[in-house]
Amino acid sequence: MAGQSHQAAVVEFDHVTKRYDAPTGKESGKPTPGAVNDLSLTVPAGKICILVGPSGCGKTTSLKMVNRLIEPTQGRILIDGVDAGTRELTELRRSIGYVIQQIGLFPHQTIGDNVATVPRLLGWPKARLRERSEELLAIVGLDPAKYRDRYPSQLSGGERQRVGVARALAADPPIMLMDEPFGAVDPIVRDRLQNEFLRLQETIAKTILFVTHDIDEAIKMGDLVAVFQTGGILAQFGSPLDILAAPASEFVARFVGQDRGLKRLSLLRVSDVPLQPAVTARPGDSAADARRRALDDPQRYLLVIDANNRPLGWVAHGDIPAEGTITETMPNPVSPTVNKRTTLKDALSMMLDADVQTGIVVDRAGAVQGLLTVAAIATKMREGEHAPAFDDLGALGEAESEAGPGEIDPNLDAGAADQAAIEQGTV
Amino acid sequence: MDGVIDFFADPAHWTGTTGIPNRLLEHLTISALSILFATAIALPIGLYIGHTNRGSSLAINLANIGRAIPSYAMMVIPLPLTLSLAPVLGYDPTFGLDFLPIFLAMTFLAIPPLLVATYAGLRSVDRDLIEAGRGMGLRERQILGQIELPLASSIIVGGFRTATLQVIATATIGAILSGGGLGRFIFDGLNQGVAGRPSIYAGAILVAALAIGVDVLLSLLQTRLTPRALRKARRRGMPGPSGPTSVVDGADLPEAAASPA
Amino acid sequence: MPPGTKIFDPSWVFSHLPSIWERIVQHLQLTAVPLALGIVISLVLAIIAIRRPVTYGPVTAITGLLYTIPSLAAFALLRPIFGLSLLTAIIPLTTYTLLILFRNFTAGFNAVPAEILEAAEGMGYTRRQRLLRVELPLAVPLIIAGIRLASVTTIGLATVAAVLGDAFGGLGQLITEGIQGFFPTKYLLGAALSVLLAFAADVLFVRLERVITPWSRARAGAR
Repeated sequence: MAGQSHQAAVVEFDHVTKRYDAPTGKESGKPTPGAVNDLSLTVPAGKICILVGPSGCGKTTSLKMVNRLIEPTQGRILIDGVDAGTRELTELRRSIGYVIQQIGLFPHQTIGDNVATVPRLLGWPKARLRERSEELLAIVGLDPAKYRDRYPSQLSGGERQRVGVARALAADPPIMLMDEPFGAVDPIVRDRLQNEFLRLQETIAKTILFVTHDIDEAIKMGDLVAVFQTGGILAQFGSPLDILAAPASEFVARFVGQDRGLKRLSLLRVSDVPLQPAVTARPGDSAADARRRALDDPQRYLLVIDANNRPLGWVAHGDIPAEGTITETMPNPVSPTVNKRTTLKDALSMMLDADVQTGIVVDRAGAVQGLLTVAAIATKMREGEHAPAFDDLGALGEAESEAGPGEIDPNLDAGAADQAAIEQGTV
Repeated sequence: MDGVIDFFADPAHWTGTTGIPNRLLEHLTISALSILFATAIALPIGLYIGHTNRGSSLAINLANIGRAIPSYAMMVIPLPLTLSLAPVLGYDPTFGLDFLPIFLAMTFLAIPPLLVATYAGLRSVDRDLIEAGRGMGLRERQILGQIELPLASSIIVGGFRTATLQVIATATIGAILSGGGLGRFIFDGLNQGVAGRPSIYAGAILVAALAIGVDVLLSLLQTRLTPRALRKARRRGMPGPSGPTSVVDGADLPEAAASPA
Repeated sequence: MPPGTKIFDPSWVFSHLPSIWERIVQHLQLTAVPLALGIVISLVLAIIAIRRPVTYGPVTAITGLLYTIPSLAAFALLRPIFGLSLLTAIIPLTTYTLLILFRNFTAGFNAVPAEILEAAEGMGYTRRQRLLRVELPLAVPLIIAGIRLASVTTIGLATVAAVLGDAFGGLGQLITEGIQGFFPTKYLLGAALSVLLAFAADVLFVRLERVITPWSRARAGAR
């Protein structure tokens, strides 16, 4: 199953418009809800593209035009260069995975049969159907032996959602369309499903178009984010970091939220920020020497470490005796420890909790690697920050990210940031 | 067919015990009595079951039983009993033939639709409204009278309509036992061979007209009792996926809970 | 009743078993044919009504009107047209099933949640496949409920047909002859059998529904 990027297709919207014949839309020139207005964007193969925006902004309509549940009024949608409108309808739909919010599992069929729906439509042999069902149930984290013969009414919401994803994946489609797939469960389950899905995507690498109204979900899940505004107009299309760091319009800035700075923090990790060296000493070292060296630290603190370089605590310069040795009772173990994969948001949060300016960065073994300061975080934040381009509407959709090269990688692995957080046990 | 027109044109058919008006009266009398008794029994029980939601399975089962018994059968089963009890209870045996069995059958068969409709009607009232009423301090009886009944009235009248049609139809067949009602025209005609044909058809037309007339009247009543906001939906009336009748098994389509016989 | 008439005479029953059986068979025929016809007609009408909701009102009104007419009147009215052939009985019996079946069939189809239909369409079911593999199975509970009600009703109405004449037979025949001959055994037997038949049909369809819809039995209990 790994390395299946050849199974992913490129999806391109080419000046796609959808108009409805509502009287207000035509006469007053005001856009109708659900309409889409001259949408052009390209989703590269194997990437997750989030369509996000307020209700009535056309994101779901755009999604449904890919599998032609809604037909565009103008423009075309190209899948691997081929106009979807020219393909035979049921053949097209059977080649696209489709997950909706209410899931829509068939209550009269077993879970196994539900999952095998599209392969069965495609005429796969019976043995292969069963095999594939079980494979997929396992992939989404459900024990096939336990779930295969059950009926949807016997499953919980979260379990049903997983079956929905399995069903969409069954025929190994190159594209998946997901319409608020995790909307119908509670936040805890949703979080888990999101993380597992991102992990799954690492193996299957399909092209995914994902609709949500939740900007946090968009930032977390997307490789690329398309922000829509009412009237079906694309307000901005770019990486999550672009959207946060350089919103293309006031609408985007407002939609993303006042806290977009903090949101960016969750996309960056400790490894993105230069660490300060720590002035260290071990118990038994000369106090006088330590006291002299402590002056090198901007805050004039000494970090006491043990034989394995693990931190024991801080001693202020003024508290270090002029003579004798450093003892184990001197240090004050105040600062939180983080590692290089911790998100800046979590790190900052911990430091604020402890009411200190500095966090200690340690490696897997717990050994000190350096210091992370609030000041360094602030500097990093200011690096990517730009005033939004409010005036030029022509620049919509084409706003370029001016973020530095150091920020591209965390983007595409936005999900991995949360991956790390899981390993920390902080999620 | 002109035999029928002559039949209606003949003034003799409009006077006396065998005249149309009298037969109509007989028909209506026994029907009204049965409905009255049935309502007196079914309504209180239905209100209780509907309001408290206790014993609903009993209600549904009763409806099933009532639906299943053919009215013709229902009429004749008590016959031996009503006839033989005449000396014991002191009534005229003919009463035990031409009134009691039919009356018992009609009453018994009218109860299920009324009961089910009352229950379903009360159940269809939005629970939030009832809770609001309780919260405002209304007592149970007031909730029933001021909130539930008005909102349920349309469905309850629907059940009443079903029961009435049932009763009218049963009274028609009852004429085979009794000496009265519009059904008599049909049976008298059957007994007269070819000459009786106009009577048969006339009787059929009269009965059909009565049934349709009553149904239309009650339908109007039902519409008038529906809150204005729901009227359009009721007219178009296609039951939606989450319609007021969370369909159990046709028992809550009260209008279809009885047979036209 | 002539004095000395027994209320129920088992010996009569045993000596007339073949003719009694004949009546039962006739009754079943009188029920099965209208029911089958009614199902086919109502199914077609229901599918039309789902596709074109505007037809729902008129169809309900017409079938409802026909339903209102007491059965004896209906049988009597058709007599001049069809005489005493089976048509006189079967046509009204069929129309009586239409209201019940049509309403239940449309309710059944409407009860299928919209999102399931959308999922089916989005996954690539053709219209026909959607109807046969998704809509129909999910509409089954209400469809069977309708057939159940219609069958029980028809059994009852078929008893009335015999009043018109002995050409139709059936259990109603037993009842009518019993009344006319002051013979309680006959009419009680006829009545009892028709009641039993109706109950049997009711139970049969309840069982049938349970068999056809295994998914409704598997409730959340089995987690």
